[in-house]
Amino acid sequence: MKIIILGAGQVGTSVAANLVNEANDITVVDTSAQRLRELADRFDLRTLQGHGAQPDVLMRAGGEDAEMIIAVTNSDETNMVACQVAYTLFHTPTKIARVRAQGFLDHHQALFGGDAFNIDVTISPEQLVTDYILRLIQNPGALQVTDFANGRVRLVAVRAYYGGPLVGHELRALYDHMPHIDARVAAIYRQDRAIQPEGDTVIEADDEVFFVAAPKHIRSVMSELRRLDKPYKRLIFAGGGNIGTRLARVTERNFRVKVIESDLERCKHIAEALERTIVLHGDAADEELLLEENIEDTDVFCAVTNDDEANILSAMLAKRLGARKVMALINRTAYVDLVQSGPIDVAISPQQATIGSLLKHVRRGDVVMVHSLRRGAAEAIEAVAHGDQGSSKVVGRPIEAINLPKGASIGAIVRGDEVLIAHHDTFIESEDHVILFLQDRLRVPEVEKLFQVGVTFF
Amino acid sequence: MLKRLLTVQKVLGLLLVLFSFSMLPPAVVALLYGDGALLPFLYAFALILGIGALNWVIAIRASHELRVRDGFLVVVLFWVVLGLSGAIPFWLSPEPELSITDSVFESLSGLTTTGATVILRIDGLPHSMLWYRQQLQWLGGMGIIVLAVAVLPMLGIGGMQLYRAETPGPMKDTKLNPRITETAKALWYIYLGLTISCALAYWLAGMSGFDAIGHAFSTIAIGGFSTHDASMGYFDSTLIEMIAVVFMLLAGMNFALHFIALRRRTPVIYTQDSELRFYLFLMILVTIIVTLALFYTNTYIDWEDSFTQALFQTVSIGTTTGFTTDAFYYWPPFIEILLLFLAFVGGCAGSTGGGIKVIRFLLLIKQGLREIGRLIHPNAQLPVRIGGKVVSHRVVDAVWGFFSLYVATFTLMYLALAATGLDLLTAFSAVAACINNLGPGLGTVGAHYYDMHDAGIWILCVAMLLGRLEIFTLLVLFSPAFWRR
Amino acid sequence: MHWRAILRLFGILLLLYSISFLPSILVSLWYADGQWPAFATSLLITVSAGLILWLSNLRKRHPLSVRDGFLIVTLFWAVLGMLGALPFIIGLNWDIADAVFESISGFTTTGATVIEEIDRLPKSILYHRQQIQWLGGMGVIVLAVAILPLLGVGGMQLYRAETSGVAKHEKPTPRIAETARALWTLYFALTAACALSFWIAGMSTFDAIGHAFTTVATGGFSTHDASIAYFDSIAIELIASFFMLAGGINFVIHFLAWRKRNLWLYLNDTEVSAYLLIFLGGVLAVSISLFLAAAYPSFLEALRHGSFQVASILTSTGFSTATFGLWPLQIPLLLIMLSFTGGCGGSTAGGIKVLRVLILLKLGLRQLKQLTHPHALINVKIGQRPIMEDVLFSIWGFYVLYVIVCLGLTLAMMAAGLDLESAIGAVVATVNLLGPGLGVVATTFAEVDDVVKWLGVFGMLAGRLEIFTLLILFLPAYWRH
Repeated sequence: MKIIILGAGQVGTSVAANLVNEANDITVVDTSAQRLRELADRFDLRTLQGHGAQPDVLMRAGGEDAEMIIAVTNSDETNMVACQVAYTLFHTPTKIARVRAQGFLDHHQALFGGDAFNIDVTISPEQLVTDYILRLIQNPGALQVTDFANGRVRLVAVRAYYGGPLVGHELRALYDHMPHIDARVAAIYRQDRAIQPEGDTVIEADDEVFFVAAPKHIRSVMSELRRLDKPYKRLIFAGGGNIGTRLARVTERNFRVKVIESDLERCKHIAEALERTIVLHGDAADEELLLEENIEDTDVFCAVTNDDEANILSAMLAKRLGARKVMALINRTAYVDLVQSGPIDVAISPQQATIGSLLKHVRRGDVVMVHSLRRGAAEAIEAVAHGDQGSSKVVGRPIEAINLPKGASIGAIVRGDEVLIAHHDTFIESEDHVILFLQDRLRVPEVEKLFQVGVTFF
Repeated sequence: MLKRLLTVQKVLGLLLVLFSFSMLPPAVVALLYGDGALLPFLYAFALILGIGALNWVIAIRASHELRVRDGFLVVVLFWVVLGLSGAIPFWLSPEPELSITDSVFESLSGLTTTGATVILRIDGLPHSMLWYRQQLQWLGGMGIIVLAVAVLPMLGIGGMQLYRAETPGPMKDTKLNPRITETAKALWYIYLGLTISCALAYWLAGMSGFDAIGHAFSTIAIGGFSTHDASMGYFDSTLIEMIAVVFMLLAGMNFALHFIALRRRTPVIYTQDSELRFYLFLMILVTIIVTLALFYTNTYIDWEDSFTQALFQTVSIGTTTGFTTDAFYYWPPFIEILLLFLAFVGGCAGSTGGGIKVIRFLLLIKQGLREIGRLIHPNAQLPVRIGGKVVSHRVVDAVWGFFSLYVATFTLMYLALAATGLDLLTAFSAVAACINNLGPGLGTVGAHYYDMHDAGIWILCVAMLLGRLEIFTLLVLFSPAFWRR
Repeated sequence: MHWRAILRLFGILLLLYSISFLPSILVSLWYADGQWPAFATSLLITVSAGLILWLSNLRKRHPLSVRDGFLIVTLFWAVLGMLGALPFIIGLNWDIADAVFESISGFTTTGATVIEEIDRLPKSILYHRQQIQWLGGMGVIVLAVAILPLLGVGGMQLYRAETSGVAKHEKPTPRIAETARALWTLYFALTAACALSFWIAGMSTFDAIGHAFTTVATGGFSTHDASIAYFDSIAIELIASFFMLAGGINFVIHFLAWRKRNLWLYLNDTEVSAYLLIFLGGVLAVSISLFLAAAYPSFLEALRHGSFQVASILTSTGFSTATFGLWPLQIPLLLIMLSFTGGCGGSTAGGIKVLRVLILLKLGLRQLKQLTHPHALINVKIGQRPIMEDVLFSIWGFYVLYVIVCLGLTLAMMAAGLDLESAIGAVVATVNLLGPGLGVVATTFAEVDDVVKWLGVFGMLAGRLEIFTLLILFLPAYWRH
């Protein structure tokens, strides 16, 4: 696919990196020659220096034949205008823009519905992060929560603690233990390695176990793996920026929420906007402040300031002082890996959230969603099976008969409203949403090909 | 949370053990005078020692650091527990014959240095009992000094901490002493020094040794208990009254100032402190008004009497000590009310005095004046200044908040007391006298509270505690936010 | 200080005011009570004074500043108060202290009286008394709704239409003159409705109109010594309670509710709902206490008198069906507290005003919370809106001064010879614009010294003018410019 990417910042670079391996023709536009040079050195793509929203720049970038334009510059306005220009002048089929400002998003339907700015997909990293954190808060004990098929299937990552009933037992035992609940372990991450779960794999303490089940079964399954967590009640958000404020606003009704912010003016502003949140003026890494606010009784401490280092430090401090679960927002990918093996329970990367969200639009073969699991333990893919037995390589066949690439496994199938946990003899039917797990992301194209429909379909 | 409660228990246990030893001096006095009241004190000693030791032993493993927030609980329990324990000798002893309610009242009145008494005939009491009462006040005063100078500011009550931290005056420069125990020690030395000088002065002026020590105790503690029913009037000596005036004034000043003056060996600090200047100004102003009023209403015939009586009474009530001379009850009512209003202002912060404290009153007045100023010049930035330094928002907020709740609790208690049947004047003066830790009220509670019924007594016990603990310390324990963490 | 422009303004005001003597003259002629010469003389004096002031400053049409505003407002009440005293002096030969007291009590809608036998007075004088309260009420409405918010007195900025909770983007109407007109129309309407209701319930026409005047103005003057008790009618008491409560509500809200035909606006306004809650709470507390103290034989009796007195005292009207100062135990005290609380801002009621009391309480509670979370930033919010710091300062300053004025007056009255209870009662009666007090002044001010009466006059003016407006004139800084 021919793709134009506007903006060679962190997101732009990561997206380019992801897509360039999948046989796409990529052109990256940015105003900074240096960034473009670095990109060109590392990857096989075209670069063009210029302002992304300018028609002549787009033209030179190959706007006329581009099938997709991804606008991820730092400016919402540039992104929006660029997409509009691409549509008006070149009728680019797919236009994706990153829009951060809440003001625009509040009028999403009106602005992006088609009458005003013609953008097919808006991506708001902050919204993504907020939603993600919210899901984690609503699922105590989970380290990652991802939904598929419009929420019918849920993937949850849990750390197996000593004391859970199944630690030390084989996976087979898990399935036997809960005959009436359908769940499947999709991946296991043990000491820096991903492990393909087989029936005889034994769960050890400290393993991170990823499993899929219908949302209503999640809690019972989780209790098998660890002692059941009490629901969360006390939350502290460090950082009164957009994310922190948004989170507070959404959670303050049901939880006891405190926000720590170091800028006094910002504090005043938030204090006026929020109802039941306690707004604290101070430094989130201030031990005394944390102790004063009973950090040891806090269920979730979430560091969401703009500063990676501050987030990491305050989260670590909070954990040491006794917070039950700590999360940190980390922009630099290098730090994410560094941090995940430490005391911080969850590292959230806006980049990864954005990229994950972007990538699903780029993949072929009706791939609906792609998510990276923690620490690259696997890729989780939701794909739709089209066609019939003749035209498709998957429809009408039992799972055991499908030629999956190495390291891939099918976790669950969503048929209409029904969730079927995959077993070796489950048949795939047309229009099924299939949830697969893939150890090696280099094999994603193989999966795409698997779900592509042959010529005879049409 | 629970672990910290255990630590609190341990601290209180220790406290009780220490407090039990205070039963011994009265026991010694009982022996010396052979007044037959030895046993109640010995029993009290044993009982309190036992309970204290028991609590301490139970919680002996607890050694968790207490947080600032626990301080509220500790301070309140401190006063309540000691108040109850101190009631034991009163209750056990046949002279005076007091019910539990009355015993608790008398004990609290002693420890909070209020000085209100339920005892009808003080003069007939055994010496050990008299000594005990005076001693309670003296001990209470010691506790208060530490409370007022170190603990309450740390807890952030009523704006004092920020004020102190920000004023360029004594506190900031010398940092009185970095730790509570050392600060306490320094202050107690001053306290002791003042007490001894006062006792000596009283003795030289003609009081008996017993009376001199006893009254020195309650003078420096700004308490007001006397070993005689007629209070200071018993001695009928202008000299004694003037000595009392001097020491009451001294005790009503911020003890930190005394500390610094001694350390630097110069009294210049006294002239630099705005609160002190205003305090003296108020005393002088009211004394003049009262003198004039006394003279022109022919309460006293000559200027000398008018002045000395005015001075004594003004200082006694203005500092919230509560000593009286006999004739006070025959003064024109509006002077009595004026003085009662003065008691609302009280002593300086960091002294053993009660009331809302001079510094807060000063801030409030300046605030009011500033508002008028802002009406004339709406766009002017007119910050409130004390001693040349601008007072921050936080401090002002705290002072208002304090005053708002003070008025609210006062009104509630006034209503409650009136609901028990008291006439409005008595109820008003009773609550005013107790919440400001003054002592004697007006009307039927002028000399003593003997005629007050039990319900009223309990309400007044709460008032005394509230006043001594500067309202918030007690009220915060009732706010859900405190327990919610 | 634009003296001449101010004088010119007063000239006009006096001319307008002189017209108000005409109805009294008519009443006098109608009832043939022989007082019309007094009113005619008063009218002439007022007209002459007005003409002199106006004509001698005819061309001084300077626009007036905010600073002038303070002086004007104070003088308005003081001067009109004095002029209203003329009929008493000329017609009844009262001494100045009594006459001025009565007249100012009328204009400030206090309702304290020096008269011991009201029933025996000439009808025209009675009418005059009722009328000055009604006129005073009109002035108060404009003062409270338009002028004080502009002057920014004691937190009154909160009542600025732009900032008030209900009318975020709507002023009743944009200019003072138009606002005044709109509100006066409402005021007339309420008065008329009230008079009609009274008349239907059995009062004579004269009484109905007279009492309607003082009910809507929350003044409390009556044409009878026994006040509302004279009629001994539950219906009349209920009507009076209803209109008194109405008089105690912010007239801007009345205006908006009427314009938008939406009764919910009353409950949506934080202050009004707090006011109504306080009323209900007060009724319950007082009635139950009365019943428990066996002051009345049945609970219904206790409820009847309790609720009427609460309405009367909360709104600082001062009508009575019982001498509340004689009620047992803590009830008088509770009522005094209600009197300090007062009605809503922007109404004819007195007291500190409900909104300020609410905010003051919240300030206290905020401090409690602050102790638990020393680093937290806690806002004081009314409705959903946070209150600005400078407004909080204003309210606070107002409160401090209010308390000081009350305490100072109490002391002064005691120095003038009153006992404590009466002194407190007198202060409550005047500064809170209530009317009846305690002790010696439980029903009237007839028995007190002139000094006390003059102190009372000061108290009434201070209360009506929300303290600041009056006190500011005593500051040298004000005159220094």
